Amino acid sequence: MRSLERRESFTNRLLGSDGAVSVLVVLLGFLVGTILVWMVGKNPLNMYKAILQSLSGYNVDNGKMNVRYIGETLNYAVPFILCGFSMAFAARAGLFNIGGEGQYIMGLTVAQVIGLLGPNVAGLHWMLAILGAMCIGAVWGGLVGLLKAKFEVSEVVSTIMLNYVALYLSRIICLQLPGATTYKTANYPETALLSNGLFRSLTNNSMLNNGFYLMLLSVVVYWFIMEKTNLGFGLRATGFNREAARCSGIPVVKSIAISMAIAGAFAGLAGGIVALGSFRYGRVLAGMDNYGFNGIAVALVGNNTAIGTMLAGFLFGMLKNAQALMQGKQIPKEITFIIQGLIVVFIALRSAIAIYLAWRSKRQLQKEVLAK
Amino acid sequence: MEHAIEMIGITKTFPGVVANDKVTLRVADGEVHALLGENGAGKSTLMSILFGAYNADSGTIRIHGKEVDIKDPNVATELGIGMVHQHFKLVHNYTVTENIVLGMEPTRRLGLLDIGRAEKRVAKLSETYGLKVDAKALVEDITVGAQQRVEILKTLYRNANIIIFDEPTAVLTPQEIEELIQIIRRLKEEGKTIVLITHKLKEIKAVADRCTVLRRGACIGTVDVADVSEQQLAEMMVGRAVEFEIEKKPARIGEVVLSIKNLSVADQAGHLKVRDLSVEVHKGEIVGIAGVDGNGQTELLYGLAGLSPVASGTILLDGQDITKATIRKRIELGLGHIPEDRQKHGMVSDFSVAENCILKNYYQKPYSNRYGLLDQKRMEADASQLIVQFDIRAGQGSKTKAGSLSGGNQQKTIVAREINLSPHVLLIAQPTRGLDVGAIEYIRHRIIAERDKGRGILLISFELDEIMNLCDRIATISKGSIVGIFAQHEVSEREIGMMMAGSRREGGEA
Repeated sequence: MRSLERRESFTNRLLGSDGAVSVLVVLLGFLVGTILVWMVGKNPLNMYKAILQSLSGYNVDNGKMNVRYIGETLNYAVPFILCGFSMAFAARAGLFNIGGEGQYIMGLTVAQVIGLLGPNVAGLHWMLAILGAMCIGAVWGGLVGLLKAKFEVSEVVSTIMLNYVALYLSRIICLQLPGATTYKTANYPETALLSNGLFRSLTNNSMLNNGFYLMLLSVVVYWFIMEKTNLGFGLRATGFNREAARCSGIPVVKSIAISMAIAGAFAGLAGGIVALGSFRYGRVLAGMDNYGFNGIAVALVGNNTAIGTMLAGFLFGMLKNAQALMQGKQIPKEITFIIQGLIVVFIALRSAIAIYLAWRSKRQLQKEVLAK
Repeated sequence: MEHAIEMIGITKTFPGVVANDKVTLRVADGEVHALLGENGAGKSTLMSILFGAYNADSGTIRIHGKEVDIKDPNVATELGIGMVHQHFKLVHNYTVTENIVLGMEPTRRLGLLDIGRAEKRVAKLSETYGLKVDAKALVEDITVGAQQRVEILKTLYRNANIIIFDEPTAVLTPQEIEELIQIIRRLKEEGKTIVLITHKLKEIKAVADRCTVLRRGACIGTVDVADVSEQQLAEMMVGRAVEFEIEKKPARIGEVVLSIKNLSVADQAGHLKVRDLSVEVHKGEIVGIAGVDGNGQTELLYGLAGLSPVASGTILLDGQDITKATIRKRIELGLGHIPEDRQKHGMVSDFSVAENCILKNYYQKPYSNRYGLLDQKRMEADASQLIVQFDIRAGQGSKTKAGSLSGGNQQKTIVAREINLSPHVLLIAQPTRGLDVGAIEYIRHRIIAERDKGRGILLISFELDEIMNLCDRIATISKGSIVGIFAQHEVSEREIGMMMAGSRREGGEA
């Protein structure tokens, strides 16, 4: 068989690039969302006004500027991004981590415990709490990795189960904390909070906090581990072709356990940041926060890369922040969930696009052959 | 001359490749017509179009002079075209007769099966055409050769008068090949038209009347087999002169480097596939394991490479016991492995050529420093050298995705990696399967060069020619045990064939 040289057309290059496809998919999601808003008889323009405001702080209707909205968008984005990394890291090693939610809850719980009971030493206190959150996340994820590696327990099943274990375990633990009622605990001491004076003054008293730094650090760490270390090399090899990795002597069992532990640490960090950054008191969770689940979508849109996942996380944070603003403009906030859902559905188009590209090249080849 | 089949100007494209480019094939009524070409030349595609498995993009097909549109295999069957597939399509726990009638079962009133009637017809057919097979036996209990006869009977039962054989000898022992040739002659005497897809020249010379040669999807020409030599056929197939015999110096054999003692290995399902097998490999020699596919070769290799646990026995590498060692430990001790399934075990197709080149030693110096950081520049520089040394054709150099390389270049990448690790022992399985002649020659020369460097090589191949040509000693495997080990020229192909079928040669050391 013979392959023919063909010049890459613009369309081919565009559709061949994962990043461009993600952008296309997001635009498509917004387009359909807009049509839906219009169909239920609302003005889609109001939706975009809300989005603009959550993005830039500028209110088109009264011409006022409030930078606090930018701070809130960024703050909302942090757990989305970190839970996205939790999904993405495992995915790069060939695993499907649906347990981000459980790992997040465990991180949140431990951060609350240390936040309320820990040493009241400035600086050390919150760092200890965050470290604890990451460790428990790593344990919660690593456990799944061990089960998978040693006994071939499907990570999909065990992570889903552990999500519920985490939720109810969290309730049991948090109900024992000082000042606990059925929904909240006493306020944290000042030393446990992640609040950051600089961010506060910059963003007109938004909740944006030290967690933002930790998130940026995580982006670098994620990229560094994946692309620059031999640990990442082994994980990626395992993710692409487990059998070839095994045959090449890569300790696949260890790789799986390690990747789930690191994935869990990212989600645990997200839990810790939400616990100590966005609230002044510990929460006794009645339901899930859903950051972990949304992380799956974030990683999908971000194509499991460091930068892509970060950008996708910002998108989700922006939509979450826009919800309240939309309600103020008579747009049902549920439209943001619909847009998120549509984006995830359209992501599945990636394979459709691959089929389309193959069909295009085949047709072109046919033309060339028959024209001879 | 009356034509049974005329395929005129057939073109068929797949994404990225032209499988058939205006190919014309004319097969005379009642002849044995060979379709010759390398792997990937488009033989199977052309026949799949004739059998209705694919539809051509353009071109016409005439059967016995009448233009036809073969939309699917059922149409082909109605037109009297039958196909004996390379991989048999049989239900293993059904009887021979049940398999033959499958899809057109004879019934009595109320839809009750009438197997008795079918059995009688099958017995009559097998007598007419000399196809020895027990109509009542279960398919899983009969030999591969007999299974192939069942496939032939299937086509005859459906009144085929044109029978296509797709690489029919790939799974047979030399004796079974001889029997098959007799069967094909008999079918021809009975007036059937035969198309034989193959890349084996000997068989063409033995049985075919005419031969059409395909190369890279295009038709090179049709010749009378009696008028051409094997050498000429090979040149038509490849497009240049080919060497048949591999030149090599006599082996300079050193001490034992790999010693396998009483090894038993089970397959995934837990059945013992290697039984009490012992063999030794010395420095500077190539030991070949000859045998029919499925006699424990794969499991032997898995056991040696560490992919499957060993049930019993010991493996010594340079005198060190590696029976229970991890795969990484084995690699570090100097065990190289060019696996049978290069896509599954040999490489990561989403990785670049450079990344694939360091797949086994990426965690060591010089590619990783002591903090675990990868040296990408070093990796790419070394890979670029290997690309030059091993003549790997990669569009974007060391950054090319391994999956986008051709099969031959993928195999060269794997060979480059393994040789570059300078192993003491190299396990090689089916090193040239599916490659074109140029790549085959290259890889065989490389294997011999490794031998001459004093490395011990254990080679497994289902191509008897490859084993006979390449190996200094030949061990024959049957049902998981070695039935005889001989020096290269001490044994004939026929004798090896007898042993592959399970009989021991008298006086042979087992």
